[in-house]
This record gives sequence, C-alpha cells and structure tokens, in this order.
Amino acid sequence: MSGQTKVKLATAWLDGCSGCHMSLLDVDELLVALVERVELVYGPLVDTPEYPEAVDVALVEGAVSSIGDQKLAQTIRSKTRILISLGDCAVTSNVPSMRNTIPVKKLLERLYIEGADAAPAIPTDGVPALLRHAVPLAEVVKVDIHIPGCPPAPGAIAHVLTSLLDGKKPELAGLVKFG
Amino acid sequence: MDSKITIRIDGELVKTDRGASIFEAAKANGKHIPGLCNMKGLKPVGACRLCMVEVAGVNRLLPSCTTPAQEGMSVTIRSARLDAYRKQALELLLSERNHVCAVCVSNGHCELQSLATALGVTNVRYGYRYPKLGVDLSHPRYVLDHNRCILCTRCVRVCAEVEGAHVWDIAGRGIHSMLTCEMNRTWGASRNCTSCGKCVQVCPTGALAEKGFAVEEMIKRTASVERLTAVRGGGR
Repeated sequence: MSGQTKVKLATAWLDGCSGCHMSLLDVDELLVALVERVELVYGPLVDTPEYPEAVDVALVEGAVSSIGDQKLAQTIRSKTRILISLGDCAVTSNVPSMRNTIPVKKLLERLYIEGADAAPAIPTDGVPALLRHAVPLAEVVKVDIHIPGCPPAPGAIAHVLTSLLDGKKPELAGLVKFG
Repeated sequence: MDSKITIRIDGELVKTDRGASIFEAAKANGKHIPGLCNMKGLKPVGACRLCMVEVAGVNRLLPSCTTPAQEGMSVTIRSARLDAYRKQALELLLSERNHVCAVCVSNGHCELQSLATALGVTNVRYGYRYPKLGVDLSHPRYVLDHNRCILCTRCVRVCAEVEGAHVWDIAGRGIHSMLTCEMNRTWGASRNCTSCGKCVQVCPTGALAEKGFAVEEMIKRTASVERLTAVRGGGR
C-alpha cells in the first residue's frame, strides 16, 4: 500500500450497541497515525449516504438482524477488498441472538402491543423487517478477518489495522479473548 | 512387575504409573493436553473429545482421558491435525447451544471460553442452532442454565461419585441430550440434593452457578473439589 494514495476504510454499524466503534476510537494516538494513511469513506463516524466503490478495508460491527442489515452487508462485501467482523455481535451474534428463540411476530407483539403505554402498533414505516434470526456476519457474507471481544480490545483493532496497512497478515493470538 | 512403564509422548520418552491414562501420564510429566470433561478425582468418560490424541499404529484418534497408557506406546499430543480437530470440536460445542458470553455469569472465568481463546478460535465456522432451552431457578441457592451446558457430565459424576447423592443424569440422545435432575424433577423439588454445591464448582461453564452473581462474577472453586477427592481417595 503506497504512501501516495490513502487506504479507503469504511465502518458499519449493524445490530450492535456501538461499543465496538467506541473501542475503535480508543486506539488513542494511533488515530493520528491513521489519519495520515487512511481515508474514512463510510460509516457512523462520517456523513456519506451511499456505500462507495472500491473500499480497501471495512470494519463491520453488529449482528445481521434485519433485511436492511443483510442488504448493507451484501453491498459492503461486493465493494470491499477486506471485510472484518468487529466484535462479538458480528462474530457470534452475541446479545442480539438472544431473541432468536422467540418468533419475530410474537416478539414484536409483546414489545409494541402488549408492552405499549399508548398507540399500540408494530412499526413498519421506515424500519426494515427483522430476519427470523439475528446471525453472525459470516453466515451472510464471506468474512476475511474476525476480531472477537465485547468490545474487542483497542490493541487488537490497532494490531489488525496497522498490520494490514503494512501489508502483513494480522496475528490475533494473545490479543483477543473469545466471547 | 515394575509399577512404572515407559511411553513416548511427542517423541520424548517418559515414565508413568502403570494403569495411568495417557492424559494422566502426560500431566505427570508436565505435558498439557486440553480437555473440558476430565477432572482429577472423577471417573473419565471421554465426553468432550478435546483431549483426542494420535497413537502410533492406531488409525483413528483416541480420547487420552479414557485410554490407558501402555508400555512402549508412542503418543502424539500436539500436531497441526490435532489442533484442527480440537478447534472443530470446540466450535461445534459453541454452535450447539446459546453461549452468550457477554451476559454470562462465568464470562472471563469459563473453561470453554478460555480453551477457545487458547486454541485460537476467533469465530465459529458452523451455523448456530439457537435452541430454545430453559433455565431452572427452582433451587434456593443455585441456577441451572441449559443454554450454557456442554454435557461434560462433571456434575453428574461429582454428585454420584463424591457426594453420593446422584441427583444428575443425562436424558435424551444425541443433539437432544439434556442434563436432568432425578427423573425430570425441577432442581428445587429434588429429594436427594444436599445443596453441597459441588456440581456448581466443577461445572466448566456458566451452566451451573450460584444465585446472586452477576455477569463475570461466578468464579468456580474446582481445586477444592479436587482436593476433597484426593483426601477421600475417590476416583482415580
């Protein structure tokens, strides 16, 4: 990866709590070095409406829970060279998967009809339909690197990013714990 | 007859007690074989399949905890092939039930989790099953969460062999196997349970836990049960 053109980095936030993005920001002074070499082209940290073409690396947080998540995951895969699942929700589906034993209809009725104080109705406008299960990213698209952790340690994220920037294969042993 | 025999572990000649399993022989010689169901003082059952080893002349893998070491045996306990199989076995255990570490009482103190980390598991390659499983809260002091159970049967054995109460058993077959309390009673309705808590302490995951502990707080005291079995001379 040459020093002339910056590496295009995207991040995405699917069904997660944004804690993994917080952990990304927690890489501290590495952010300064990253700015020199990386251009952040998409994600909750920048204001880009459409996922751009020819992205080098994408960090994806969260499980795939809705049709919207699924479409975005597929778009990211088709336009990205290296796709990374960031954190336990993306890697194992973690907390979002705790709804998986309850049928979607029953779940929504319990929350939006039985649990409503006023105007009981299941929201449909502007919200993508839920999938039957919240699943790990790797069950929907091919994932190149997994960074487990809830959230992943900033050191692990830093290691993966700097390794990739230096054209090396990240070695996560000893940097992450599973689950 | 000499009470010691000689075997080869990863090429190195070691002496071990006659009658010891390969697992025990390795341990006695400072060599580590991973495992989740085996525990000192309890009869080995070979349930978790993580301690599989290669024995020269045998064309299938053998569980080292239930295979006796024999004079002249040559055993491989570390190899790329074994690492791959152990990783596979562990990923299958993780995919089978709902191991949501982030909200588990045993997060950070779990043998399943730490073994996954040690084996370099960063994701599970198999589809998760998401079975709908219950949590038995009927005991006044303890909890049974089937979502975290790996069916290692340490609880079954410690209760039957050490406490002598035999409250636990495994019901069902294959993927439908479930830990069961006395012919399918709730734990709270058990007639034999002495509430000693040994099952809780030997459980490698968060499947059995004490009430009143939040996420990451349940630290098991496995060593104290091992000491007890040594004092009583029970098991092996």
